[in-house]
Amino acid sequence: MKTVVFIEKNPVTGQLRDVSIELTHKAYDLMKPFHGEIAGIFAGDELPVNSEELFHFGMNRLLTYSYPQFKHLHSIAYKHVIEAMIRREDPDFVLFGATHTGRDIAPLIASSLKTGLTADCTQLYIDDYKDKGKILYQVRPAFGGNILATIITPEHRPAMATVREGVMLRPEERLSHPVRIEKFHLDFDESWIKSEFLAVIPKVSKVNFNKANIIVSGGAGVGSSENFQLIRKLAGALHAEVGASRAAVDFGFIEKERQIGQTGAIVRPKLYIACGISGSIQHRAGMEESQKILAINKDPEAPIFGIAHMGIVGDLKEIIPVMLRYLKEE
Amino acid sequence: MKKIVVLAKQVPDTANISGDAMKEDGTVNRAILPAVFNPEDLNALETALEIRDKIGAEIYVLSMGPAKAVEILKHALYMGADHVILLSDRKFAGADTLATSYVLARAIEKIGDVDLVIAGRQAIDGDTAQVGPQVADKIGFNQITYVSQLKEVDEEFIAVERDGELQTEIIRCAYPVLLTVMSLANIPRYPNSRRMLRYFRADLREAFPGEMRETAAQNDWIIPVWTFADLDLEERRCGLGGSPTKVHKIKSITLTGGALQMYGVGQSDIKQLVRDIMKDYAEVQQ
Repeated sequence: MKTVVFIEKNPVTGQLRDVSIELTHKAYDLMKPFHGEIAGIFAGDELPVNSEELFHFGMNRLLTYSYPQFKHLHSIAYKHVIEAMIRREDPDFVLFGATHTGRDIAPLIASSLKTGLTADCTQLYIDDYKDKGKILYQVRPAFGGNILATIITPEHRPAMATVREGVMLRPEERLSHPVRIEKFHLDFDESWIKSEFLAVIPKVSKVNFNKANIIVSGGAGVGSSENFQLIRKLAGALHAEVGASRAAVDFGFIEKERQIGQTGAIVRPKLYIACGISGSIQHRAGMEESQKILAINKDPEAPIFGIAHMGIVGDLKEIIPVMLRYLKEE
Repeated sequence: MKKIVVLAKQVPDTANISGDAMKEDGTVNRAILPAVFNPEDLNALETALEIRDKIGAEIYVLSMGPAKAVEILKHALYMGADHVILLSDRKFAGADTLATSYVLARAIEKIGDVDLVIAGRQAIDGDTAQVGPQVADKIGFNQITYVSQLKEVDEEFIAVERDGELQTEIIRCAYPVLLTVMSLANIPRYPNSRRMLRYFRADLREAFPGEMRETAAQNDWIIPVWTFADLDLEERRCGLGGSPTKVHKIKSITLTGGALQMYGVGQSDIKQLVRDIMKDYAEVQQ
């Protein structure tokens, strides 16, 4: 049994993307009971500077292809190279990060291989299926997050899936697999390059949900951009990151990169403080794995209280200033 | 520019689920949700209209779905589409993204002389973002996904801004190309009132029995349907049978209650809350 993991580099830092490490470890978990193999595939201008880390998380072998043009996402060229690498490996399963790169390339390859691709999986497991032997069960939210569907690809190989960053846990344990990096050879056809990258501007992101122990989020109930300052102040006092529900973003209280939920970031801090957030399925999909949830909401019937560990029913405009005062005292 | 094809889907309005749509067990009653024009497909159509405004083009809007999907095709006519076509057949039902893209690709090939295909980034019912790229692969087009802005367009090239997640990319390419467009790319225009008057009777052929049909045809009110027989298709690649992915199981999400400690709003209650938070997270507060 073999799983291939599509490895991505953060173009800004030159490091591995977190999702590549998360998926390597997930593949290790999936393969372990069956003594299966995990092969990484990477195509780029240069290897990620910390590629060897993959071998601490369960990778057996990394197949790489270097070409200067792969500094940029030339979709069609990528498709040809990655597809050739997958065909050579002939795996049972292929995992891609559901990044703007993975979601660009994976469907092209699935189309070419005429196989199934399941987007944004939140759980993956291997089990028997009728006379097909072991197959991959892929659980994903659908219908705006209102249902969880388990999708299978019983008749085709490989079964392909994408998983969003932050969904699979980053492991604590370190393994010591030997580093095996192998070059893949394929004649590059210049006609695969179809686009010209006129400019590439790194995004300056101030948001780092992954490293935050505490996240303070505001929703529609915050009421205005001005009131959102209260959320920022509370976050500041707790050394926390500021988050938001989709409603708060839609109403323009705060920038989109802070959105948490099914269409935003997926977070799991030690403490999540939800202020004026009703707790729609869309939002819960992004934060319900938090270790502890504190909900502040005017409406005692708000669904957020259904998943919270601590709650206050009341006006956040009155409660937060009092919290800030006591936080100063502590 | 010869022809632009816009791919559109009618979807249940999952974004605005009201209390009425919630069943007693806390799950969503999908049957009563209103069907809408997939939001980002409106951005795709708006992009096509802007390109036509600048350099001229013929715009085709394609939708695969049941007869009811004529509603969004009428809306596309109101907004300014030149031609709309419904792809509808029992044999198409139950298609996953691979089988859907197969039918769409054959329909684009049947239209012919297409330089540009534009789709919404993703549909709000499945959120897969796969159909666009899978069509591009089948028709052999270049692709640019996650388009966040149209920059420049002329007869030879198109330049767009792409949201590369960690970076913003300005990309230019020659035709043919398929774009998938995000909601921030533009604000879709309102239906044009003169076009609404002109097309409000537009419907499927069956809606015009007898002598009405001739009048309907003269007025361009008949929305064409392409079925399995109208396209060069292999049945084994269509619909449920042509879909490598199968839905094994569906579970509605319901609220799960845990141990919830409530605090009052009095000063001392809030003080206690702050203490409890600080106790748990003392290490963060260095």
